[in-house]
Amino acid sequence: MLEIRHLSKVFFERNDPRRSGLVALHDISFQVQGNEFICLLGPSGCGKTTLIRIAAGLLRADKGEVLVNGRPVIAPGRDRCMVFQNFGLLPWRTVMENVEFGLEIEGGPREERRRICQKYIELVGLQGFESYFPHQISGGMQQRVGIARALSKEPDILLMDEPFGAVDAQTREQLQEELMKIWATTNNTVLFVTHSIDESIYLADRVIVMKPRPGRIREEVKIDLPRPRWAVDVRADPRFAQLRTRIRELLRG
Amino acid sequence: MQTTLDDQQALAELNLSRVRPFQLREYPGLIRLCSILLFLAIWEYYGRGVDPIFLSYPTAIARAAVQVTASGELGQQFLLSMKAFVIGFGSAIVLGIGVGLLMGRYRLAQYLLDPYMYAMDATPRVALIPLLLLWFGLGIWSKVAIVFLSGLFPILINTFSGVKTVSGSLVEIGQAYGAKEGQIFRKIIAPATLPFIMAGVRVGVGRAVVGIITAEMFTAVTGLGAMLIVYSSSFATDKLFVPIILLALLGVALTEVVKALQSWLAPWKESERAESE
Repeated sequence: MLEIRHLSKVFFERNDPRRSGLVALHDISFQVQGNEFICLLGPSGCGKTTLIRIAAGLLRADKGEVLVNGRPVIAPGRDRCMVFQNFGLLPWRTVMENVEFGLEIEGGPREERRRICQKYIELVGLQGFESYFPHQISGGMQQRVGIARALSKEPDILLMDEPFGAVDAQTREQLQEELMKIWATTNNTVLFVTHSIDESIYLADRVIVMKPRPGRIREEVKIDLPRPRWAVDVRADPRFAQLRTRIRELLRG
Repeated sequence: MQTTLDDQQALAELNLSRVRPFQLREYPGLIRLCSILLFLAIWEYYGRGVDPIFLSYPTAIARAAVQVTASGELGQQFLLSMKAFVIGFGSAIVLGIGVGLLMGRYRLAQYLLDPYMYAMDATPRVALIPLLLLWFGLGIWSKVAIVFLSGLFPILINTFSGVKTVSGSLVEIGQAYGAKEGQIFRKIIAPATLPFIMAGVRVGVGRAVVGIITAEMFTAVTGLGAMLIVYSSSFATDKLFVPIILLALLGVALTEVVKALQSWLAPWKESERAESE
């Protein structure tokens, strides 16, 4: 379980004479249950990426804390894995070596590592591409590598920072569907940052709508569309359209 | 809709002729060879008519090359130049990479050392030669020092700015997966900076060759630079061309070696480089 408690973060500009600072997050609190899929939705500057980076342990909060299974987050840990917006692959490593990176850092026997990684490479549909370098495969495939790398550590919580923001629209929908299928088998808790309303409705159990200056929560929207959502065209469901209208209004207001 | 059609079938159906018309621009080697031969022929033809004090011509230079090579002079002087080059440039690589990595990763090291880095890089190396001669004398060590100083800064600055470039995003990936400082250096910073380092080495090689020849011309005691001074002051213009051509070949060869190293050590950068060139 992931708990965000009264989280605040201020960025100070180095050359700002008044030292006024930018309040990226202002008193954010919410809880994520185990196996729940949460989307953080909002325009740029609403602090959603800052929030996920604090949850990952890459950034320190100025006030408040993040608890994972009751323990406060102070650094990155193996219970949380991050999937990055620009894929975050190491260009000198092959697909297999990139997926192995997380387990390699931890140490442990190489054979075991290979076996686990092979499993996740197959889960994201990249078998046959193990020895390719990132620049030899498409953006969509690169992000599958990023997802396999995160899953290989079998984390409780998957943190995804606009993972599909850098791929084309068709690939994006395809990746969303595959993520849903993968999630149905792995059952991680997911915190997913996006600025796409449709993406958030398609994926999430709850959408946390945020607004900027200062970054705070506008409202939580429960998405009660049935799962699995790939079996029927859920985007054509009238409830999908209603949710879209509602969230759009929240983002405007 | 036909769904079984694959690329091979499509190609077979189109049945394109594989014979392409001859186009001269598709044979760069041939064009270059013709250009060089033509240049040498013109030089030979008109060069014979010019006073040999001012200009020599290819066959005379070839004869002079055989002469200075057979006497062992060229080989000996070349080795003396190369010895200083290898020691000086080798230490420039080691120190340039080491200090560059430290300065790129740690702000404290950066702010402590960067005033000297920028000041020394901005100072023309030639201006230091008299001082270095005073300190190290006319022997090999003044040459080593000048090669070192000429090669050091391109490598140092490239390594430093390379680490700065990668430190944001890629280092964060390491941190997100719990890598310790040593692992971040080994598994992220070192490989990510390698292309920058090699680019620095490539620039440094050129500067170091300039450095050693300048130093030798100043001292006029040993090396290819000394040969240049000796032959020019005795108006042996045909012999003067021999070290010049050797230096040109050396420059090309060293650059090719570094290029080969680049694509061997950083193959993932190959596609990007091909686009930028």
